[in-house]
Amino acid sequence: MTMASSYSIAPLVVVLLAMLGTIPIMLSDKRPNLRESWTLLVAVGQFLLVAAMLPKVLAGGEYVFTIAQVLPGVPLQLRVDAMGMFFALVASFLWIFTSIYSIGYMRTLEEHGQTRYFAAFALAISSTIGVAFSANLLTLYLFYEMLSLSTYPLVTHEQNAEARASGRKYLTYILGTSIGLVLPAMLITYSLAGTLDFKTGGILAGVGSPEVLSLLLVLFIFGFAKAGIMPFHGWLPAAMVAPTPVSSFLHGVAVVKVGVFSILRIIFDIYGPNLLFDLNLNVVVTTLASITILVASLVALTQDNLKRRLAYSTIGQLSYMVLGAGMVSAAGMMGGMLHIVMHAFGKITLFFCAGAIYVASGKKYISQMDGLGRRMPVTYFAFFLGSLSIIGMPPLGGFISKWNLAMGALEAGQITLLVVLLVSSLLNAAYFFPIVYRGFFAQPAEGSSLDEVREAPLLVVIPLAVTACCSVLLFFFPNVFIDLAKLALGL
Amino acid sequence: MISQNLHMFVLAAPLLSGILVNLLGRLSRRWISVLTLGSLGFSTVGAFFVLLRVLAKGSFHYTVGNWTPPYGIELLVDPLSALMLLLVSGVAFLASLSALKSVDQELPGKQHVFFTMYLILVAGLLGLVLTADAFNLYVLLEITSINTYGLIAMGKGRAPLASFNYIIMGSIGACFYLLGVGYLYILTGTLNMADIASRLPAQGGTAAVATAFAFILVGLCVKMAFFPLHGWLPNAYSLAPSGAGVMIAPLMTKVTVYLMARVFFVMYAPWQSTGHQGVHPLVVWAASAAIIAASALALSQKNLRRMLTYIIVAEVGYMVGGIWLANAQAITGALLHIVNDSLMTLCLFLAASAIVYRRGSLDFNHLGGLYRSMPLTMAAFTVGAFSMIGVPPTAGFFSKWYLILGGIEGGHWEFVVALLVSSLVNAVLFFRIIEFGYFPTGEQAHGHGHGELAVQEAPLQMVQPLILVAVALIAVGLGSGWIVNDIIRLVVPGNF
Repeated sequence: MTMASSYSIAPLVVVLLAMLGTIPIMLSDKRPNLRESWTLLVAVGQFLLVAAMLPKVLAGGEYVFTIAQVLPGVPLQLRVDAMGMFFALVASFLWIFTSIYSIGYMRTLEEHGQTRYFAAFALAISSTIGVAFSANLLTLYLFYEMLSLSTYPLVTHEQNAEARASGRKYLTYILGTSIGLVLPAMLITYSLAGTLDFKTGGILAGVGSPEVLSLLLVLFIFGFAKAGIMPFHGWLPAAMVAPTPVSSFLHGVAVVKVGVFSILRIIFDIYGPNLLFDLNLNVVVTTLASITILVASLVALTQDNLKRRLAYSTIGQLSYMVLGAGMVSAAGMMGGMLHIVMHAFGKITLFFCAGAIYVASGKKYISQMDGLGRRMPVTYFAFFLGSLSIIGMPPLGGFISKWNLAMGALEAGQITLLVVLLVSSLLNAAYFFPIVYRGFFAQPAEGSSLDEVREAPLLVVIPLAVTACCSVLLFFFPNVFIDLAKLALGL
Repeated sequence: MISQNLHMFVLAAPLLSGILVNLLGRLSRRWISVLTLGSLGFSTVGAFFVLLRVLAKGSFHYTVGNWTPPYGIELLVDPLSALMLLLVSGVAFLASLSALKSVDQELPGKQHVFFTMYLILVAGLLGLVLTADAFNLYVLLEITSINTYGLIAMGKGRAPLASFNYIIMGSIGACFYLLGVGYLYILTGTLNMADIASRLPAQGGTAAVATAFAFILVGLCVKMAFFPLHGWLPNAYSLAPSGAGVMIAPLMTKVTVYLMARVFFVMYAPWQSTGHQGVHPLVVWAASAAIIAASALALSQKNLRRMLTYIIVAEVGYMVGGIWLANAQAITGALLHIVNDSLMTLCLFLAASAIVYRRGSLDFNHLGGLYRSMPLTMAAFTVGAFSMIGVPPTAGFFSKWYLILGGIEGGHWEFVVALLVSSLVNAVLFFRIIEFGYFPTGEQAHGHGHGELAVQEAPLQMVQPLILVAVALIAVGLGSGWIVNDIIRLVVPGNF
């Protein structure tokens, strides 16, 4: 494949924008309005910069920038290719709405430490974009770690005993796996291949024994624990102690998808689908993913805390993406990629709604939310749309990715995987619909009056309405993402 | 020619000003800071130019007073020793900024004594870095050690006892080293390292040579606190005055590791490669055990500085293991780690010094709410901590990378595992501190959970060097490709 690759500082500017944005944010500590203007300015600026690079990437081009030559054959290097653009586009677009939502949420609840919150958030998005634009595994690892560390103050925002315990769990899982599993895997890859560059078709073909390569793959898949492949998923429900905008964006979109994105990079650009298939490793991937999908969906059914239910739902949905990549069939890989976008818009809507419910009524548990939908119709309708998208019903974006995944399972001739997809979709419906049903039709519990409850403030409701509408729009106009995915997969 | 003798000026400046400090410092305290900062600043700038000159014109041998070797003392100025020269003088300069403040607080009236020893110690370290003579090395090692004993004994409480322990152990180490050099002198009739190396292969008495090396290396191991010969270090370094700790902790062990590398490259490896049985695998195993054991001991500490001292012991294991793996990757990693570890240790000790200046104690229960009350100090501390854990792009990641790669290439998986375990333990250790600092303690929280603590940073003179080192850790990390290619690769002997 011939690609016009141009050396440009643009990728670095995009990454640095949010990183340096933390400085004015922290300096405006005493002036909240100015501080939030910085956040919004950076968010919009970042998205526009990413979007400006889109046309060239769609035409098959790339932007490359080398930060430093740090190790022989492995520079710290940024590269904007189709796959990176795919992810960066989603992340930077959703960050704008998350910022607006954050302002509404944090101010309504009069949260403490807001400056720290917005600064850490900016650092986290900068790391996320960094992961998307990494040209090799080392650079990706750098930004992956930066993301782990910058989200710690967000997870522990409440600074109480529960936050402390969750923060520990978060770091133990995320840092433990990245240092204990990814780092050695990366070193072994380097000593085998002599490079860590992401290359379509992979770099590991013909350099190691099947046993070593199988072990490596398992190290990578479990090592990128942000993807929540069981049994390394426990941090995600624990991280739900964070303020809801953090849960919605970071633990619904950015952090978890950085995990999936990293695994996809490993599968597509370090191993290459062909090598994966030749070594029969696709079975390993799909098995791990299938187990996670089914178990997580079952556990989600049992959760009464809304955010925890959403967290388990996320764990299951993330594995759809990995499952698709592991099918090694064109439609399957396409479906896995597309599910990154579709799930992002759907899940962020659901989390936004959970936060709106909490802001408006102070309720966290599904069993207390009977009748709430009649008081908050916009929020509940958005929730309904979001859950339809996750379940995979038309006319919502989620249908497109699920359809592709199903076709991919058929293409690969793996009926078992098709069954997994169908069963899990039913389970999705089983854990989402009761929430909507009880909201609209059930009577509030004896003695609890909902008369005082009305919709959350506009800054909270507008973002969730927008992301819900986007979920619908993505069903009708998914072309940008399909084109990018085709480029990324070389289809 | 000034430019040819520049390294001598670098060496002489702290030595002479050390003596002047003792005289003039009695008259006025202002002289102390002028002389200390002046001489160390001069040495740092000078060392920088020495490094540039070596990189441009190549290494050279220098005979002190024009006495030709093997009778005169020979100095070797090559890229590595020039880099070490810059490292030692730079670290000493930055540490002295902080030390000037903390000594004022901790040792009022004794400043001139303190900085006399401080400066002579630095001069000794600079000499150690340059010398190419095995006996001269012993003399300088004792000069540095004796000044270290003195500095540590100035600490509070049980510091004199800790210093005494150190004297016993340090003297045993020095004796071992001297005995080894004595053996080599008997065998070869010379004390110049290169000379010894050229005459050793002709020696028939393998057992005698092996004994000599055993004495030398064990002696150095005591001096560098290689586990299990580390017993003196934790007490000595944690009870020393803060001002002494910030310079001794980053430099002493690292310079001794550098000496081991010199002995290894110049004398041991050429002799061993002529067909004698090596002890490499054994030492790498010992280093791996040292790393694990010291990390475990660090976990059980309840005081920040004591915890750091055990980390120093673990890091010594990194470098010793790297040298004895004896492949290009591992040696590169070990040498790079000497630089990186000095800077990270400096960063963390400077932060500890700043915290103790305000809080009075480094016990874990005194660290609550530090991120709010000392944000700059803690920001720099966090960078140092990440470097110790090995998070890119901080410097610590890159040396660890080469070390692990060396372990993989050498098939020493125990070393690989030890390094990974130690990274994980460091993550636990430092996140525990970060957690203490991030969460306010009970009384600070006023029952509300969101207590507002007033910002109360340490004096600027203590914070400035700290910030500078934190930035340097990232800069050295990003520049490690350059350091490795243009400096370290030049000195790793070709046969590795």
